Amino acid sequence: MQTIELSGDVMTEAENTQEFGAEKAGGTATVSRDVRQTVGDVTVNMPRMRCKQINVYYGDKQAIKDINLDIGRNEVVAMIGPSGCGKSTFLRCLNRMNDTIDGCRVTGEIMMDGEDINSNSIDVVPLRAQVGIVFQKPNPFPKSIYENIAFGPRIHGLAKDKAELDEIVETSLKRAGLWEEVKDRLDQPGTGLSGGQQQRLCIARTIAVNPEVILMDEPCSALDPIATAKIEELIDELRQEYSIAIVTHSMQQAARVSQRTAYFHLGDLIEVGETKQIFTNPRHQLTEDYITGRFG
Amino acid sequence: MVQPMEGHTVQRFDGELSNLHLMILEMGGLVLDQVNAALRALREKDIAAAHLVIRREPRIDAMEVNLDNEVVTVIARRCPVARDLRITTAISKAVTDLERVADEAARIAHLTISIYDSESSDPSSHLLRDTINMGKLSVVMLTDALDVFDTLNAEKAEMMIKNHGELDAEFQSSLRRLTTFLLEDARNIGHTVNIVLILKALERIGDHARNIAEYVIYLIKGEDVRHQQLENDDPASGSTDSDQ
Repeated sequence: MQTIELSGDVMTEAENTQEFGAEKAGGTATVSRDVRQTVGDVTVNMPRMRCKQINVYYGDKQAIKDINLDIGRNEVVAMIGPSGCGKSTFLRCLNRMNDTIDGCRVTGEIMMDGEDINSNSIDVVPLRAQVGIVFQKPNPFPKSIYENIAFGPRIHGLAKDKAELDEIVETSLKRAGLWEEVKDRLDQPGTGLSGGQQQRLCIARTIAVNPEVILMDEPCSALDPIATAKIEELIDELRQEYSIAIVTHSMQQAARVSQRTAYFHLGDLIEVGETKQIFTNPRHQLTEDYITGRFG
Repeated sequence: MVQPMEGHTVQRFDGELSNLHLMILEMGGLVLDQVNAALRALREKDIAAAHLVIRREPRIDAMEVNLDNEVVTVIARRCPVARDLRITTAISKAVTDLERVADEAARIAHLTISIYDSESSDPSSHLLRDTINMGKLSVVMLTDALDVFDTLNAEKAEMMIKNHGELDAEFQSSLRRLTTFLLEDARNIGHTVNIVLILKALERIGDHARNIAEYVIYLIKGEDVRHQQLENDDPASGSTDSDQ
């Protein structure tokens, strides 16, 4: 996978034989559908995570191809693309969730704090605390609200005593914007909360173990618009302290919550750029076709 | 080449964008008619034609309101992004410019009535000569602007912007000639003031046409070229850019 830098009008490693704009529709996006190199700058200054040449195979089938992408500090990176494009597969690479899938093989380098998280010396348990994940469907443990939050800090040894644990639970629920709604019923089952509250409980559970990166895989797809708005507001607040990578099928959500957007297509990372640029003036024809609803 | 407004999975969206495009072209056609009619009324001392221009103006205003409503509806229903967003934005802005061109046409009609209804003698052909030259240039610019909006031709739009200085230069020359004329015979001052106001209206029509060309470049290329000198655009052309 090669990278085409358009931000500084410098096109590196672009194949001279490629005819840019040959099939552009209406003369807008500058890179034609046939070009599969990533358009835009995949790197950021001082990245929290740096992914290089990531390939994922499910058995013989290659799901994502030579993906290079930085996850910046205190930013929300949105990953968009049609179903099966590899965006969730890439997200799951970032805390080795793909290890749990039989026959899944990941190659490439994902650097965090000077180490490749794919190396054999990395313990995935603390890694998944450091890089937490929130899934599409809220999945609280079948325990009380309190225990849902306390479970992680307890097994990671983050609290010396009950008072400290209480403080972590309260702080996490406050950061997730749930404290006021549940503070009087912490002993009740987490599964008894509404869908939006359950998802914020899962976010609080992720926060409780002091992560640095939070991954979100379509966190609002099962929620109503009000619950979605609360999660989006929360994402914006969490950005002050964490790096966030979010996979979403809602392009409006990507536009609303992210600072950078990455468009995936059939396993390729097609375009990366500032969200404003992607949604007003995308460079790649495939990106434009997808976000304007012309895909297929 | 795929049409910029087509190809959506939701085909009704294609129709809504195409409808906006057709509506603005229809409005543009009527506005161009108004400018031509106002200039003809001035040239041929046709007071009735000037009154007709004034009576037709509310129709243009209604089209503006209607088009704005349609743009808001498309934004609310479709949440356009990328090219679609630029199309709706460009159309929304062009509507305003076209309505202002229609205002200028009505202003010319009012001034025409004032010139020929006054008790003094009609202005000499000498005085009117510059309105004819500038009228032709502004009509060409407006026609070109509507053409580039119809065909979405960014190259032609860029050419239009480069040539915009011609109208501004003509305006400056006209002012110099009228000043000289006034110095020779101060009794012409009433007509001269009206003619200057007509020339200014024509110059503004050129500015609005240039604005429309700029929106086409934005629509096609995503580049905002307002307040910029395009390559080879003569900065010394005397452009006032008052409406940008």
